[in-house]
Amino acid sequence: MFDALSDRLERVAGRLRSRGRLSEADLDDALREIRKALLDADVELGVVRSFVEAVRGRCAGEVLSKSLTPGQQVVKAVHEELVRVLGGETLKVTYASRPPTVVLLAGLQGSGKTTTAAKLALWWKQQGRNPLLVGADLQRPAAVEQLRVLGSQAGVSVYSAPTDPVAVAAAGLDEARRLGKDVCIVDTAGRLAIDEELMEEVRRISSAVAPHYTLLVVDAMTGQDAVATATAFHETLALDGVILTKLDGDARGGAALSVKEVVGRPIAFASTGEKLSDFDLFHPDRMADRILGMGDVLSLIEQAERTMDRETVERSAAALMEGRFTLDDFLEQLQQVRKLGSLGGIMKMLPGMSKELRQAADQIDDREVSRVEAIVRSMTPSERADPSLIDGSRRLRIARGSGTATQDVNQLLKQFREMQKMMRGIGPGGIGPGGLGGLGGGGMGRLGGLLGGRKAMAGALGGLGNGDDADLASLLNQGGGTGGGLSGLGAGTGTTRSAGGTAKPARGGAKNKKKKGGRVTPPKHR
Amino acid sequence: MVVLWIVLAVVVGLAVTAGVTTRSRRRRRRPVTEPETRPGLRPPTKPPEPTRPTEPERSGTGAPPARMAPPAEAPEVAEALEAAEAELAEEERREGLVEAPAEAPSLRERLGRARGLFSGLRSLRGRGALDGATWDDLEEALLRADVGVATTDALLEDLRRRVASKEIAGGDQLLGALRADLVDLLEVEARWDGATDAELAGGRAAPGDDHEVVAPVGRSLRFDGEPGVVDVWLFVGVNGVGKTTTVGKLARRETAAGRSVLLAAGDTFRAAAGEQLSLWAARTGAEIVRGAEGGDPSAVVFDAVQRAAARGNDLVLADTAGRLHTKVNLVEELKKIRRVADRPPGRVTEVLLVLDATTGQNGLVQAREFTEAVACTGVVLTKLDGTAKGGGVVAVQRELALPVKLVGLGEGPDDLVPFDPAAFIDALLS
Repeated sequence: MFDALSDRLERVAGRLRSRGRLSEADLDDALREIRKALLDADVELGVVRSFVEAVRGRCAGEVLSKSLTPGQQVVKAVHEELVRVLGGETLKVTYASRPPTVVLLAGLQGSGKTTTAAKLALWWKQQGRNPLLVGADLQRPAAVEQLRVLGSQAGVSVYSAPTDPVAVAAAGLDEARRLGKDVCIVDTAGRLAIDEELMEEVRRISSAVAPHYTLLVVDAMTGQDAVATATAFHETLALDGVILTKLDGDARGGAALSVKEVVGRPIAFASTGEKLSDFDLFHPDRMADRILGMGDVLSLIEQAERTMDRETVERSAAALMEGRFTLDDFLEQLQQVRKLGSLGGIMKMLPGMSKELRQAADQIDDREVSRVEAIVRSMTPSERADPSLIDGSRRLRIARGSGTATQDVNQLLKQFREMQKMMRGIGPGGIGPGGLGGLGGGGMGRLGGLLGGRKAMAGALGGLGNGDDADLASLLNQGGGTGGGLSGLGAGTGTTRSAGGTAKPARGGAKNKKKKGGRVTPPKHR
Repeated sequence: MVVLWIVLAVVVGLAVTAGVTTRSRRRRRRPVTEPETRPGLRPPTKPPEPTRPTEPERSGTGAPPARMAPPAEAPEVAEALEAAEAELAEEERREGLVEAPAEAPSLRERLGRARGLFSGLRSLRGRGALDGATWDDLEEALLRADVGVATTDALLEDLRRRVASKEIAGGDQLLGALRADLVDLLEVEARWDGATDAELAGGRAAPGDDHEVVAPVGRSLRFDGEPGVVDVWLFVGVNGVGKTTTVGKLARRETAAGRSVLLAAGDTFRAAAGEQLSLWAARTGAEIVRGAEGGDPSAVVFDAVQRAAARGNDLVLADTAGRLHTKVNLVEELKKIRRVADRPPGRVTEVLLVLDATTGQNGLVQAREFTEAVACTGVVLTKLDGTAKGGGVVAVQRELALPVKLVGLGEGPDDLVPFDPAAFIDALLS
């Protein structure tokens, strides 16, 4: 069950409101929830303890913020502390004076070392380097073959030999020198940290090649074991960094925090898929969101980019910006979004959703969504382009064709019309970098608020623009410290966003003003 | 229609944000250059990067999927056999182990070797008064074992109640009670009322799917052995958990038990996955059916079932590619594989979810999602020979009534033992 942390905090932290400061005693309840959330996220128990104490130190005695609820304030502090721990110095890759620069990969079985080795090779190649892959995993059947195939895909040569891992590594390094390669990436077999023999072997491999960078590959879904494993590898090999893999799953990834705390070395890279290109620098702020269960919107966007047809999405985005979002566009988008997964599932991943909204998300039956789709499909293209054409007899036909009732068709049309009005009313430059704030505060806030409960919904549907804006705003902002999350998205190129995200009330608290003329001027194309 | 607003909100929201970030991201995409050939090394021949299905394939009923390239015949198998023989000889020299041991070791024996004596929570033994520290210790032991907050809280709350009502007195009794509770949780039987009551299978059967919900039979692996029917055991799970290795180990076990086993290399995506399974086939004396790399996995499984029926193999072990349950298209692909495998003469009698003991709370999510998709019948818990305790399976059994049937304890062909709840819990609490 997706349950935003600050929602839980709101329930327990009632006492926090009564005084002007966050006192230690008051914090206890809040921190207990934080502890639970972190444990649910697979952060190791010892790390949770020290982390919670650090947050306590940060929060105790803090003056209550004017714009945040106490619960949100605590979450913000937690978020900031998370980003601080996860981030810090980045791994600076400096190249050896006498090439090649040697990189050694180690980790448990199945963590993703071989795929990561190839990804690293590709990454370096794209940086203009000349890497060699060395396959020193002679344990797993066909491991070298796998590396060879991946190497081909990356366009990087692979060296191996059926001798023994230490010899192969050493010979690989020689080969790299002989060929004038400037980076040598050594893949090793997965091994248990408690396997003395194999840990001794990897130590000998390390001695043989004297790596400049020893990186531990960790699976993002690792549980409490992360610390024991990382500690053992660190003691044996003196790690320089960590690579986190399989971040395209939905594991919260607390192992990242555990490993970072215990090893103290930067998490250098994040692997986000099975393709060689699914490899990126690690973003501490995104990881912090994810660990706190606040949804990883940017990853969702990335996933959306990958699965959804880009052209379709862009076309619809353009249509939206120009205020001419039609039912056709809607249908196209709906189909794209459904490729991503169940709608309820997607909803859960979006932050800034109020509790009511998320409850609604849980209740979404994808069959209902199919019904909406069916109604739109039962329309003719001209009807979709201009719904005002749809008279009584057409409604009947559409209802019959989609297996619904005319009331359903009516409702859909009415709501779509209102949505269109809202989109158009946002104003010029309303959507675009920085402008999503407007969307967050005004339109989207309204949307979120509208969706945030039957009460508000009834009020809103009754007459758009009549709702009490303060209520709507608060409904949206209730959902997680990143109530402004969606608004924050618009900032810059969307790669990073401010940690924590303060929840701002709806912009200007003003009713959704419709601009005279109703049209949005199209943004300048870059 | 609340749904409409929600749909519109999500669609609009995603479209806008995706559209915005797409524009800015596009500039940053770097092209992948062509591979170069380097003399002196094996020149990289560039195989096409296999693509995962982007369209959900709904084959429904009807004709079997179009045949892909015929399964790998003699030359590849011979090659693999040579390589495997060399490897096996090397292994034998090193280990002196030639055949499967006459008696498979028990879980208790294996874990005992890995973890030392089962000491239980030493601090609790002999403790008279139960104080806050006691409960902290218990909680810590459970959480560290990946049992999870919800299950831990439920267990401890119940124990607290029983201590308060004097049902339990003293540390030894408390520890005993905890142990008993945990073992009980693992012994939850799956009650089956036929295909309609799929609730205990861990969720409704997906609408539109026409597979029969298979009733698990305790912890043994179901094998019907009906003439004219090929038993198929399907192996599913996320990436890197140990599916292929488990298939290999089971091939060893079943061939040693006298069954004729055919492996289906249903992982057509991962580089060299077919080779990996071929080596296992050679090592264990099982036959194998492979398809073209990047081909349709359902076709491979279909071919395997056909061949098994024609040649009279008893059992098909079907490996599949690792896939995250969050990827809708891949889950659809898996559903199709199951459907195809379940068509006569095939019958899917086991769908084994392979779970990694090092996985944390996500294990429960995996179990839930995979069971909903393909109606898993049991769990294989792998990598339990490490430091991870694998406590996540307690919640899996508790919430989904999905039994752990086998435990993997290493990378060798004999490192597979039946699940023993008592031994498992003893190790967990140690």
